[in-house]
Amino acid sequence: MTHLRRTLVVAGNGMVGHRFVQAAVERGLTETYDVVVVGEEPRPAYDRVALTSFFAAGSADELSLLPEGSYDDPRVRLVLGTTVTGLDRDARTVSLSDGDVLAYDALVLATGAAPFVPPVPGRELDGCFVYRTIEDLEAIRDASITATRGVVIGGGLLGLEAANALVQLGLETHVVEMAPRLMPVQLDDGGGAALVRHIEKLGVTVHTGEATRAITGDGRVQALETADGVIDTDVVVFSAGIRPRDQLARDAGLEVAERGGVLVDEQCRTSDARVFAIGECAAPGGRMYGLVAPGYAMAEVVVDALLDGPGAFTGADMSTKLKLLGVDVASFGDAFAGAEGALELVYADAVAGVYKKLVVTEDGTRLLGGILVGDASAYGVLRPMVASGIALPANPEELILPARVSTGSANGRGGVAMPDEAQVCSCNDVTKGEILAAAEQETTTRAGSTCGSCKPMVKTLIEDYYAGQGKVVDRGLCEHFALTRQELFDLVAVHGYRRFDDLVEAHGRGRGCDVCKPAIASILASQFNGHVLSEDTSALQDTNDAYLANIQRNGTYSVVPRIPGGEIAPEKLIVIGEVARDFGLYTKITGGQRIDLFGARMEELPAIWRRLVDAGFESGHAYGKSLRTVKSCVGSTWCRYGVQDSTGLAIRLELRYRGLRSPHKLKGGVSGCARECAEARGKDFGVIATEKGWNLYVGGNGGANPAHARLLAGDLDTETLVRYLDRFLMYYVRTADRLQRTAAWIDSLDGGLDRVREVVVDDSLGLGAELEDAMARHVGSYFDEWRATVEDPDKLARFVSFVNAPGTPDPNISFGTERGQIRPEVAGEPVVLGSTIPVGAP
Amino acid sequence: MTSGVVPHACGTDDWQPVCRVAELEVERGATALVHGQAIAIFRTHDDTVYALGNHDPFARASVLARGIVGTRGDVPFVASPMHKHAFDLRSGRCLDDEHVSVPAYDVRVVEGVVLVGHRKSDAA
Repeated sequence: MTHLRRTLVVAGNGMVGHRFVQAAVERGLTETYDVVVVGEEPRPAYDRVALTSFFAAGSADELSLLPEGSYDDPRVRLVLGTTVTGLDRDARTVSLSDGDVLAYDALVLATGAAPFVPPVPGRELDGCFVYRTIEDLEAIRDASITATRGVVIGGGLLGLEAANALVQLGLETHVVEMAPRLMPVQLDDGGGAALVRHIEKLGVTVHTGEATRAITGDGRVQALETADGVIDTDVVVFSAGIRPRDQLARDAGLEVAERGGVLVDEQCRTSDARVFAIGECAAPGGRMYGLVAPGYAMAEVVVDALLDGPGAFTGADMSTKLKLLGVDVASFGDAFAGAEGALELVYADAVAGVYKKLVVTEDGTRLLGGILVGDASAYGVLRPMVASGIALPANPEELILPARVSTGSANGRGGVAMPDEAQVCSCNDVTKGEILAAAEQETTTRAGSTCGSCKPMVKTLIEDYYAGQGKVVDRGLCEHFALTRQELFDLVAVHGYRRFDDLVEAHGRGRGCDVCKPAIASILASQFNGHVLSEDTSALQDTNDAYLANIQRNGTYSVVPRIPGGEIAPEKLIVIGEVARDFGLYTKITGGQRIDLFGARMEELPAIWRRLVDAGFESGHAYGKSLRTVKSCVGSTWCRYGVQDSTGLAIRLELRYRGLRSPHKLKGGVSGCARECAEARGKDFGVIATEKGWNLYVGGNGGANPAHARLLAGDLDTETLVRYLDRFLMYYVRTADRLQRTAAWIDSLDGGLDRVREVVVDDSLGLGAELEDAMARHVGSYFDEWRATVEDPDKLARFVSFVNAPGTPDPNISFGTERGQIRPEVAGEPVVLGSTIPVGAP
Repeated sequence: MTSGVVPHACGTDDWQPVCRVAELEVERGATALVHGQAIAIFRTHDDTVYALGNHDPFARASVLARGIVGTRGDVPFVASPMHKHAFDLRSGRCLDDEHVSVPAYDVRVVEGVVLVGHRKSDAA
């Protein structure tokens, strides 16, 4: 055992290289190795699979797999914008394009693949592009500004992604494919034909069975000639396949496969035992794998090998499921019925553009593979059936017949019948057994975290697991209501229930609990905006709402007055200081640009608030699942970069939505320019000023699972912005689950952000006016609930330390001091007062 | 209304009057000071009154009276406002962790006045 640290060099920071480093850190490889990662592109790894969404996302950050810019381990060094140019295996060094030379003890090649550009005359003309990196997309986008037409050469998976990009850029788009059908590797003629019907509806012209002869133009692309004719075009995108980038290995004398790729064994080791190759540059057993999932598997195998583990890469499931130009396409297993005696079951609906094929064994007992176009919902059930080899139901055709035709219930739930070894998540190689073990131990797996296609299967497995444990898996709120929050919301809207008792008697059972009561309190508040401490609802309120303050670890409370947009005049600032001083409170500035006063005993809250209300403050609702703050920068009023009055808008929005009870807390932000000093994209709704108006982003949050808000609509005038926000917030309030923040809510909607945009911007459900009316009712009925409390003796009655000794402070609460302010002292055991303290009688 | 088993022969001195039932909000708690200790008093929907020690042993804070009152199956319980641990109002047993309990006290209601008595034995 040596104490010397060793060096591991990773050549390439694409998706697979990144996954390797992640696994290396997670599995402790950095305990013995210093890792140097050399990436050619100017930014860390990003999600190349989702490259097309770059145009929708609008920024490269959105796709980043390493948004922090560095790995969370000081022993990993990331060198970007640099290529590994040479490999000296004798000296065990690599040389870099910046002149640096690195010694290695182990080297991992993850150099990926390069787009294949066929030797067509004219391919060097301006206007010809490939489709691989963010820089490629930026170049295509720049060229599209002056272009009207574009041609994609290649009708495979990548080619159709590229076509999607051209459609998004507003170009009249053509796809030219040499093979007689689209996606020739994954689809048969029937599937290809169904796909063409969908794609042509989107305005894309498909030319199959046509080889490109030449690209013509005078310096710039003007036309593309095929055997069948000429297509006028301004842009040509080559997407005719990829070739492994194995030159470094070739130059160093490593063995390469006949068709390219660094030849590796089952441990992904090259012909040099210190050098490994993974991902698209590698050829395990001579075969190259152009998908991310096998690359991830290879990355794990190499980490395992470096830890002396037994892992081996013995081939991969090349099943594919994706949405191409909005069309579901899946291909899995023996899709072309290559096995002897294999039979095909086909369902096709030409009108709907649905094509489904199952390939089964000769005796019809086992599923071998299949193709799904137009409706791939059965994929999650079917693909594991291939991998596990479980027996098909008696009428296998029911697995692909539409629900109304099918007579049985086979379609959808096949989970429990699968053996434990069946792989559910192929991206992360998670089996059914591992998912169930995680459910049992209440831990997690990576299943569903990459492409997400197995999520429905995972959900089914988990639900079946809990059902098997005798636990009820209704989607109901709790044991008292077998209804979702949205269903309860609708019941309240339809029947006008105002009391928990009426609701539980009509639609529930028992006397409720800490789950359903606050949820119903929130629903009632969202719709009727009564006082949360009114007689009908006060017993339903969660801890903080029950005392209109935030409970802290020693049972005291913190107090947060509203400071809209973070703007506060000196006189009010002084009042806060005086109140804090007079009541001995600890003060701290919050992240939402206001001031939190800690250490208030429950019985002191009314007196504190009387002072604050008299000085013109109102509740900040820091205690509620409701709007907290709308953070802002100073904007164009003061800032020399500002282009709009962000503070003014933030104040307007905070005052508009204050007091709105929602499924979870809501935060907003407004930035006065693209520098984004208000961090608006870390909020549930974020507004960023543009020269023309405002961009509206939704679905951001900080916390344990940070999310960046995504663009909902751009360049809005202020009135349109407010209208969209009214709709967005009310749609969320109505349909989200309890304690579901906007990011998770958007993800949970079928269609995600696009769905939100349809409802909020396009008004596809015709709900717009109704949602705006609901918000107008809220705005019109707003009142300050702390003012209403200090003015109502009935509501003040509960703010006492002891019902029988209201003048005696709770002896369990005590404070020390720290940095000149109070701090709670936590007692281990309940404190008993001496008998000299009088105990009041009723 | 009376809740729990009336313990064997205890004198009236052992019963501390704390408040009137009418002062207690239904399905909400209040805190009383009994023999120098903070006691959480709860009135359930059927007007039964229960008393538990106010101290949440998980959060180590005197807060149970401020929790939400409801039922789990037929068991009346309070969910601590700190981390939502549920305690059986009748016995003080934690419903989420069988090894933990808080003291439960006998309660009588006489002519509308709530009387808190001795700590219940752990036999419950």
